[in-house]
Amino acid sequence: MSLNEIGSMVAMQGFSGLSLFTVLLLMALGLAIIFGQMGVINMAHGEFMAIGAYVVYLFSQLTQNFAPGMREVYFVPAVVAAFFVAAAVGYLVEVLLIRRLYKRPLDTLLATWGLSLAMQQFFRTFINPKEVSAELPEWLLGAFNPTPSIQVPRNGIFVMGLTILVTVGVYLLMLKSRWGIRIRATTQNRIMSSAVGINTDRVDRFTFALGCGIAGLAGAAFTTIGSTGPTSGSLYIVDTFLVVVFGGAANLIGTIASAFSIAQAQSLLEFFLTSAMAKVLTLLTIIIILMIRPQGLFTTKVRT
Amino acid sequence: MQSVFSNRGRGYRGALSLVLPGAFLCAALSIGACNKSSSASTTTDSSAKAEKAAAPTPTERSTEASGAAVLLPPGLEKSTIKAADYPTAKIMTTGLKVDDDSVTVGILHSTTGTMAISETGSVQAEKLAIAQINALGGILGRQIKVIQEDGASDWPTFAEKARKLLVNDKVAAVMGCWTSASRKAVLPVFEKENGLLYYPTFYEGLEQSKNVFYTGQEATQQILASLDWVNKEKGAKSFYLIGSDYIWPRTSMKIARKHIENVLKGTVVGEEFAPLGNTQFGSIINKIKLKKPDVIFAAVVGGSNVAWFKQLNAAGVTAATQTLLTISVTEDEVLGIGGENLTGFFSSMKYFQSLDNPNNKSFVEAFKKMWGEKSVIGDVTQAGYLGPWIWKAAVEKAGSFDVDKVVAASPEIEIKIAPEGYVKVHANHHLWSKARIGKAKPDGQWEVVHESDLIEPNPFPKGYQ
Repeated sequence: MSLNEIGSMVAMQGFSGLSLFTVLLLMALGLAIIFGQMGVINMAHGEFMAIGAYVVYLFSQLTQNFAPGMREVYFVPAVVAAFFVAAAVGYLVEVLLIRRLYKRPLDTLLATWGLSLAMQQFFRTFINPKEVSAELPEWLLGAFNPTPSIQVPRNGIFVMGLTILVTVGVYLLMLKSRWGIRIRATTQNRIMSSAVGINTDRVDRFTFALGCGIAGLAGAAFTTIGSTGPTSGSLYIVDTFLVVVFGGAANLIGTIASAFSIAQAQSLLEFFLTSAMAKVLTLLTIIIILMIRPQGLFTTKVRT
Repeated sequence: MQSVFSNRGRGYRGALSLVLPGAFLCAALSIGACNKSSSASTTTDSSAKAEKAAAPTPTERSTEASGAAVLLPPGLEKSTIKAADYPTAKIMTTGLKVDDDSVTVGILHSTTGTMAISETGSVQAEKLAIAQINALGGILGRQIKVIQEDGASDWPTFAEKARKLLVNDKVAAVMGCWTSASRKAVLPVFEKENGLLYYPTFYEGLEQSKNVFYTGQEATQQILASLDWVNKEKGAKSFYLIGSDYIWPRTSMKIARKHIENVLKGTVVGEEFAPLGNTQFGSIINKIKLKKPDVIFAAVVGGSNVAWFKQLNAAGVTAATQTLLTISVTEDEVLGIGGENLTGFFSSMKYFQSLDNPNNKSFVEAFKKMWGEKSVIGDVTQAGYLGPWIWKAAVEKAGSFDVDKVVAASPEIEIKIAPEGYVKVHANHHLWSKARIGKAKPDGQWEVVHESDLIEPNPFPKGYQ
């Protein structure tokens, strides 16, 4: 094998690691906000991703049936819509369910798990029990070839771009906007925040909706990678919690670092060993690190 | 809502402008979603109707038989056998649910849970076959009644429902099971209660029971034939094996490896099993690129299958540069994967919906009439359709519903109306059938590029265990 080929392989493998990193990060961002900032264990997080994916599928179907000429452009508005639909559903769920359970975290776990089952059944009954795939625009299909021997998947580039956009957006929102200040204030000291005039109930509602909206975005992005079925969400939920817990629940940088290290470990090990072995070793390492550092990689001081 | 927010700080107003259009969009969308789901579910609606229409009481069915309730297979005349010629006391001596004008069978598949997607096709095919048999006068002059149970994608539930069908309902035969796990779960029940099971899925072989007939292909009929073909046709010598991590792909790949190394004198350059549900194939695909195999031999299942093919395509691995042969993609799976991600790849099955023969034409037409224009028919669905016909032929040959007699009469039974062409029951309870290689077309159908001779089933191949 020539040097050139080895170089190409390193480049492609490097990209596949980065691509997995962005996937994990995008999945985890929404949960990091909900779990990290609010302490709500949202077992239905995966189903919010599925909502986003189904919105894209819906747009794809509508485009196919009513405006076939729009195939190349429908995807972008579909992704935006996925965010708002998931956020709106999240807002409703917060109002109807979550806010009644803030003082009972374990009941939240049960309630959101029930919610996830109900949502799965909803998808099965009203959308399609089979796996569906959105018709993707040409520019998302196939590979981008910087040199003849390097193929970089275009969908990977898209997911990566979207993740960067969302991460920067969340970062600015949380650290630079007044809204972010309110959210962090509420996380750090709810009573005091309320005393200085922050409407903490409303902060909770919007935080939850934001987290769900980002989950929807993630789901929309994943339609370029896999298919969507009623139980797709449950495939992602374990990885998502893993990233958030490993990163240190209340910390955005922690989530990024955690997604990065898990993805790189997983993808490198998978290249040299088998995928089952890679999973075992990655999980084992995480368990050991969490035994030593139960609070996760990074922490923020929180008083509640 | 506006007034509530009006005297709040800037941050909130910003948030409001974010959320309000969202709410409108959502409202608009949810209407769209309703419309969409109603239009998308027309097939399910109509199939539900079709089910009602197709499953009236047996007496209604027989009166409809001359009408157009179900389309019938070609070349079959209405049976002239009269129930009176076969007194119930003579044709049934073991307490099965048979009376002077009806016989009861069970259908045992998952209609809920994760397997429901796959098993629905089998249920539909079995009901179609039963409706056709009834329209043609039933079995020994008796109409078939169906008791359907739901295995709920849960193996202990399968065993429990199997016991219920055999012990409480005394059904004369059961059409059912899909995964190997469910079959293994019900097997002891069928053997203990001396029941009769017709199992439709292609599977890993290494099993044979007096009480089970396997209407799908066992490993050698699917794997060896396709490896021989790709070796001969494409000159393939090096193979990369990839499957999902559970019993069927693992056993299949074990058999494939032995065949490649010992018979074809080729090499296996990689063998990989991805966890069930895995959606990240980047590293595996890179490994495949590194090894440059002549053929990728794949048995990835479920949601992973979709991710696997989408990512192959995205990584620039297409039929133009790479031969890929799969044993886990039928027309049903293509729906989720998308034809454009498969175009030019090969699949090894015994049946494709596109088969060009009169049996299949009428089968596809009858199936679509009963279950909706949009239905697709995969390999296992066709195998499910064979079950009731094989049972009928065996009962008529034996002149009895007694399980022992039916089993004894089964070998050498031929089904000439089989959509796959022609099948014959072997003494080892599997079917003689052909292996076919299909080449994927963008519209989700397969073009048959190779057809073997009838292959003798051999569930315990020597040197492959």
